[in-house]
Amino acid sequence: MNYREFRYRRLKEFLHAVRNNKMALVGSLTLLFFLLVAIFGPIFVPFSTLEFGEVEDMLLPPGGEHLLGTDDMGRDVLANLISGARISLLVGVLATAISMVIGCAIGIVSGYFGGRIDQLLMRFTDFFLVIPWLPLMMVLAAVLGTNIWNIILVIGITSWPGSARVVRSQTLSVKERQFVERTVSIGASSGHIMLRHILPNVFPLVFANTVLVAAIAITSETTLSFLGLGDPSQASWGMMLHYAFESGAASAGAYWYYLPPGFCVVAVVLAFTLMGYAFDEILNPKLKNR
Amino acid sequence: MKNEIIRVEGLKVYYDLKDSFVSNLFTKKKKQVRAVDDVSFSIGKGEILSLVGESGSGKTTTGKAILQLLKITEGNILFHGSRANPEDKAYMKSFRQKAQMIFQDPYQALNPRHLVLDLVAEPLDVNRLVSSAKEREERVVLALEQAGLSPGGDYLYRYPHELSGGQRQRVVIAGAMIMNPEFIVADEPVSMLDASIRTGILRLMMKFREERELAYLFITHDLSLAWLISDRIAIMYLGSILEIGSADDVIKRALHPYTKALTAIMPTPGVNPEKQRNTLPGEIASAAEEIVGCKFRTRCDKAFDKCACERPALKEIEDGHFVACHLY
Amino acid sequence: MKKLLEVENLNTWFHTSKGDLKAVRGVSFDLEYGESLGLVGESGCGKTTCALSIARLLPKEGRITGGKILLEGVDLAAMTEEEIRKKRWKDVSIVFQGAMNALNPVMKVGDQISEAIILHDKTSKEEAKRRTAEILELVEISAKRAENYPHEFSGGMKQRAMIAMALACNPKIVIGDEPTTALDVMVQAQILNLLNKIRKEYRMGFILITHDLSVLGEICDKIAVMYAGKIVEMGTVEDIFERTAHPYTKKLISCFPNIHGEKVIPEGIPGSPPNMLAIRPGCSFAPRCTEKQPCCEQSEPESRQIGAGHYAACHFVRGGEGR
Repeated sequence: MNYREFRYRRLKEFLHAVRNNKMALVGSLTLLFFLLVAIFGPIFVPFSTLEFGEVEDMLLPPGGEHLLGTDDMGRDVLANLISGARISLLVGVLATAISMVIGCAIGIVSGYFGGRIDQLLMRFTDFFLVIPWLPLMMVLAAVLGTNIWNIILVIGITSWPGSARVVRSQTLSVKERQFVERTVSIGASSGHIMLRHILPNVFPLVFANTVLVAAIAITSETTLSFLGLGDPSQASWGMMLHYAFESGAASAGAYWYYLPPGFCVVAVVLAFTLMGYAFDEILNPKLKNR
Repeated sequence: MKNEIIRVEGLKVYYDLKDSFVSNLFTKKKKQVRAVDDVSFSIGKGEILSLVGESGSGKTTTGKAILQLLKITEGNILFHGSRANPEDKAYMKSFRQKAQMIFQDPYQALNPRHLVLDLVAEPLDVNRLVSSAKEREERVVLALEQAGLSPGGDYLYRYPHELSGGQRQRVVIAGAMIMNPEFIVADEPVSMLDASIRTGILRLMMKFREERELAYLFITHDLSLAWLISDRIAIMYLGSILEIGSADDVIKRALHPYTKALTAIMPTPGVNPEKQRNTLPGEIASAAEEIVGCKFRTRCDKAFDKCACERPALKEIEDGHFVACHLY
Repeated sequence: MKKLLEVENLNTWFHTSKGDLKAVRGVSFDLEYGESLGLVGESGCGKTTCALSIARLLPKEGRITGGKILLEGVDLAAMTEEEIRKKRWKDVSIVFQGAMNALNPVMKVGDQISEAIILHDKTSKEEAKRRTAEILELVEISAKRAENYPHEFSGGMKQRAMIAMALACNPKIVIGDEPTTALDVMVQAQILNLLNKIRKEYRMGFILITHDLSVLGEICDKIAVMYAGKIVEMGTVEDIFERTAHPYTKKLISCFPNIHGEKVIPEGIPGSPPNMLAIRPGCSFAPRCTEKQPCCEQSEPESRQIGAGHYAACHFVRGGEGR
């Protein structure tokens, strides 16, 4: 068979595998749903998220025009929810990307070269590992300002050490495998080996880890926002929870204000987690042949 | 020897054993494993030398050391007469194209996530020997077909786990042959394959020897296999060569007590009623213990005083047939 | 005189996502007390599955779909999981390839053997210790070494310790599934001699599974050659080596180098074993057989008797039609 047939077959098998694996199915469908909502949602819910509404529109329960009611400022909750989807997903993805790129690079280089490079990089990693992320984030947020990009940066910087350690230990074991020795024997450079052999074999672990880090990133953003360190100009789910709490919506019994964003965070985080668990099986060509 | 490709002189590969933290506190002495302890031999063009020994004999370590896959403690490796220098990048590049390895476990030797096409083409990629994707594919197909996988095009887009053991080993061989090497170290290339598949691989290796004057260092624990395909055989024990000579000399006119014990113990297919194969007492000692004198003396029934004091050197007894034993 | 083991038309299938893999397709043989049978064949022929079926240690995808396994008249195949658990290791024990890696590294060797004894025979600790010492002596390990940990044993000794564990409960049958393949030839000979000695002394049934034909001549009374889930030839050691009948057996024997013979690399067998998920009609060896005739691909040959106790499944052996 030629290359095109091969690509087609692989894609078919991948989709088939996702369909059959319930965890992956649930996870990916959930994420797909939220993604579509984030992109196309505002078309369907034409309410503004920032303009203050009329006084009589405040804290209206769900019904009529406002499917999920209004918040304490008269804004439509559903509109905010959809806008929040964008922010939360964006933060989750970008922060995770930063974290994984740094973590992977350091983990692989450290594990492959060993010796002094390893020692140096690992001490550097330990330094970041020991810092408790919440206080660090709070400090950085206070210093740098509560801008959405700073939030992303802060989350990225505090979550890479865990990945680096995991990637490093996997690298140590992959490095000993005979196909790496074979690649040395044909004259390959270290860079080639790390990129073409170590990385693909570390990848399933990385991917599973990535997805879990995404879950953590979203939770972190929500936490920061809830604590008031988030970007006030962006209506993320965390900010919604923050305002809901501040305005006393809980004691006022306005469940439509705080339950939806909470539920959304849980749903997205759970979806990422399910995918993390399921995708290693799917991506590993060996394991399919049972 | 004028057609000499590889010459090994006084090769020593020693490792420091990392002892446990506690014992390091009490003793200053570090244990050293003498995996390869002063080994010398040479291989000429188109010649097959087998390195035979039990586990722990150092045969695999010798093979890898020759290909500079491990750090050499002492000794010289001469390739076409010039000394191998692992620091010299230009030298190593050229050396690696001409000297390749075939591994024991074809599954472990191939990255399970790579396609056969990429696995066989990798030597070309890494050494920048092809300029277009088409040329790359053509050369891979050619290498696969020469290794007996025909039509080569059918195998390009498969993963190693989709192939049988014999096919995988052929892929490994295709990858080793694609750069037209002059010298191959084959580390137990057939021991993980079924008997009926082995013959195919062995015939393939012999074919390359006939067609390209390829020289082999064939590492195995199976003496009858070594007899079948080699020109010369070297018997190793605990890092030293005890006997070396032509295949027929070593097997049929064995001199060293260890060689004699190995040949006596070789199983032969057939009716062998009550043939209690006479085994040697004890087991192979550890290479970490320093043994004064002949390394084999603890299991030798012919050992005498000199064996405990002086290590015997290789002596030529008949033409081309050397043995390291005080009995001679 | 009752036979120790009678396997009648054993069928074991594996249920996979791609269909049913028929690993064992109608295998029959017997074993007398103190007799040793060599089950030989290449990878995928079903010999290990056979052994696991007898010991009832199949993985969850495997099922005995037909036939009987009569141990002293009692059908093991028909028993439930509960019933088998009580019998396992007591009547049939098994030594695996690389079993030496199955020793718990943080437990003393003697304790591990005693544990097996206590679990199955419910003896006291002292009694178990005494028996452990006895068995270790039997496998030529000094009883003092029971206090050592596995890493202090060499590879051969560890395998002998595993054999001791297999013998701990005085089983009636011991199955060795490639017990010496991972070991040096010297140690291999030691262990096979040992097993031979023990089974003769205790009149145990012994089934040796291996792909290495050359070792069978010394310790087996009879040999069964398997291919694609069936026994293609069975007979005494002499029958198999000196009156070889089946084409596969002939080819297989020729693949093992013999230093007393010619120095020629054997031809080997072209092709590869059939896909066990899609068995074609006719003889399963036909596609690779040099003596094949048209009828071979149409009808499956039955096992025909050639001599006393010597059977082969081929259309062209003496006693059948064809030539």
